[in-house]
Amino acid sequence: MADNNSGFFANPLVKWIEYRLPVFSTLDHMVGSQYPTPKNLSYWWNFGSLAGLCLVIQILTGIVLVMHYTPHTAMAFDSVEHIMRDVNYGWLLRYMHANGASMFFIAVYIHIFRGMYYGSYKAPREILWWLGLIIFLLMMATAFMGYVLPWGQMSFWGATVITNLFSAIPLVGEPIVTWLWGGFAVDNPTLNRFFSLHYLLPFVIVGIVILHVLALHQHGSNNPLGIDTKGPQDRIPFHPYYTIKDAFGVGVFLIFFSFFLFYAPNYLGHPDNYIPANPLVTPEHIVPEWYFLPFYAILRSVPDKLGGVLLMFGAILILFVLPWLDTSKVRSAKFRPIYKQLFWVFLIACIGLTYAGGQPPEGLALVIGRACTIYYFAHFIILLPLVGWFEKPLKLPASISEPVLKA
Amino acid sequence: MKMTTMRAILAALTLGLAAPAFAAGEQPAPPAVKWSFNGPFGTFDRAELQRGYQVYKEVCAACHAMKYVAFRNLRDLGFSEAEVKALAATFQVNDGPNDAGEMFQRAGQPQDKFPSPFPNEKAARASNGGAYPLDLSLIAKARAQGPDYIKALLTGYKPAPAGFALGEGLQYNEYFAGHQIAMPQPLNDDQVTYADGTKASVEQMAHDVSAFLMWAAEPKLEDRKRMGLKVMIFLIVLTGLFFAAKKRIWRKLH
Amino acid sequence: MAGTATQKAGTEPTRRDFIVVAAGAFGAVGAAAAVWPFIHQMNPSADVLALSSTEVDLSQIAAGQSVTILWRGKPVFVRHRTEAEIELARKDDTAALPDPQKDADRVKKPEWLVMMGVCTHLGCVPLGQKGDFGGWFCPCHGSHYDTSGRIRKGPAPLNLPVPDYAFLNDTRIRIG
Repeated sequence: MADNNSGFFANPLVKWIEYRLPVFSTLDHMVGSQYPTPKNLSYWWNFGSLAGLCLVIQILTGIVLVMHYTPHTAMAFDSVEHIMRDVNYGWLLRYMHANGASMFFIAVYIHIFRGMYYGSYKAPREILWWLGLIIFLLMMATAFMGYVLPWGQMSFWGATVITNLFSAIPLVGEPIVTWLWGGFAVDNPTLNRFFSLHYLLPFVIVGIVILHVLALHQHGSNNPLGIDTKGPQDRIPFHPYYTIKDAFGVGVFLIFFSFFLFYAPNYLGHPDNYIPANPLVTPEHIVPEWYFLPFYAILRSVPDKLGGVLLMFGAILILFVLPWLDTSKVRSAKFRPIYKQLFWVFLIACIGLTYAGGQPPEGLALVIGRACTIYYFAHFIILLPLVGWFEKPLKLPASISEPVLKA
Repeated sequence: MKMTTMRAILAALTLGLAAPAFAAGEQPAPPAVKWSFNGPFGTFDRAELQRGYQVYKEVCAACHAMKYVAFRNLRDLGFSEAEVKALAATFQVNDGPNDAGEMFQRAGQPQDKFPSPFPNEKAARASNGGAYPLDLSLIAKARAQGPDYIKALLTGYKPAPAGFALGEGLQYNEYFAGHQIAMPQPLNDDQVTYADGTKASVEQMAHDVSAFLMWAAEPKLEDRKRMGLKVMIFLIVLTGLFFAAKKRIWRKLH
Repeated sequence: MAGTATQKAGTEPTRRDFIVVAAGAFGAVGAAAAVWPFIHQMNPSADVLALSSTEVDLSQIAAGQSVTILWRGKPVFVRHRTEAEIELARKDDTAALPDPQKDADRVKKPEWLVMMGVCTHLGCVPLGQKGDFGGWFCPCHGSHYDTSGRIRKGPAPLNLPVPDYAFLNDTRIRIG
């Protein structure tokens, strides 16, 4: 199946098109039989394609929702209810979009943690990692602005609180916030610009995803052993092996998605967002969507306004220098006994932050939030560099196929 | 398979923690009611919804609007087209302006939304001692454990405990945040006369109207669960086929 | 072990193909079914489909006058016809008509002509009491309608359609 003159490529129509526009061979090199992939990828490697699937679902459902949505403070809430009640399959499309955002973040978070566990950010994949982080940042901006569009209570107050973060910036903070709002509070101009950007950013994400895939293809996928492929015996073509494996993953993922979509569509949302926005009344507890909770917990664990904001943004920005903070030459945690422990502690700290972010900032939750915040940064700034120097890694196998041959 | 399990655990952990967990307030959580629409195969009980609508129409609608629900939607409750038409015609709705430029009242038609008892929020507040009777269209989704909460609230009126400082014009309610609610106890035994002969106890009326409000907030609930079953079955078969195909294709590698 | 597996797969190509093809076909069916909500959402929504109706007071319309009513987003012409117009319309029942229809079939009461004000060519609004037949004339592409709203000349294929309407009493009609 590897040569370009048999099977599919022997079809005269394919030949005719291919001669003029090399789409098929390009695809074949991107995700087809001409893309050599390590033979030992585990199911943790499914989440990249799943994130891609989520992006496609979000864009498709988003485009059709826009056909019925009205970005105006007086009509936004009503138009969403119109979608839910009167538009054909409107309830399905909106619930897909709302829950799809959560699914996207689940896929991306697992994708990121997989990268951390197996050292996928290390040379020569630093730019691949950066591009992924840029996608993550754009996703957060897109999700935040999308959540404002239904113009419920959480939309309005979420927008107010998050935009007010920028007021912490010395000197220019206030003018920046006024500029973001287009007024003296979150109002119609804010809603309109958020709508515009919410429509634009997903396509920017598509562009960065293309670069992300391009960077991936330069050196190929990392793998659970974290060692480079040494020859053809270590590699298999992406198609059909990983296309079918990804398809199976898609099936499992869609079942998980469908459970929320059809049986608990509002579980991941907040009841207050079914109350129309009211600038005079703040909800008792403002909670962002679950995927922002860890960062929200970091923000609230610092008693200083500017400090909290800086630390929150720092929590994401520090990931950009992760390839250099981790001083170990060994990629996979499989061969790093100490780092492996730290990874799980880090994951628990992130779950702790998620928990703390959903609670009122007082008592035990605040203590947990602070402890996890400290660990979050200590993990990157202190532990990773030190462990890289002092840890004695296990013996690496000579090649990917070696353990297989031994067995 | 081990990986799949781990993935499920991880996701469950993240999601479980994400559930809004601020029931720490002073009011107790409403008791969980066994609704007919609970669970993956749940459906609305038409008779219950019709009784609930009667309670809404004869009691709640005096103060509470439901601006997202139209008379035509009552077809979902099991009313016929003619019944809906006749029902709508018993209401007067605003229309206009006419050729003289004036707004006028006319008999309701199926496509009209339920008319609101007050023209705007200010008027509603003025007539209710400053308190605003909320629009009830979405109330069952706008509260945690929506239908449970509504039923608990409607049956939760009690004499204030000794030493509780009750504000003027406010009632004590066990389930309301802060326990002080401006709405007087709306339901009393036999307040409505059910057409189907059901005894109109406070408990019964509260139950029926809560179910009705759930329908009003999520009218596509049955469609959703019905489609969910089909999609789930399809996806499970599809995933099984993909798994078998994956095994087949990968077999020649090992 | 590896060698035998490869051989095994090689000797059973049809079974492998069957399960793979079945999986692919099943996936394609699912994808096709998933497309439908995305298409159907563009069809008229439930509130649009809910029939609306509008009432017109005829007492203010003198003979020889018309009013234009907006109904379901489109203009409806209500014309109080003069005796001469009615006579002309009846006389032309026997003329060569592109879309033959008797005047009596187009009205409930001869003096009241109620019809959609949308040219059957490409949807413009015709101008009243203009054109070669004393009825309506569409300025977009030159279609002429007579005093019964029937197409007589020009590119439009059909007569101006008559909507559902009913007389509530002598001076009131309800359209829709």
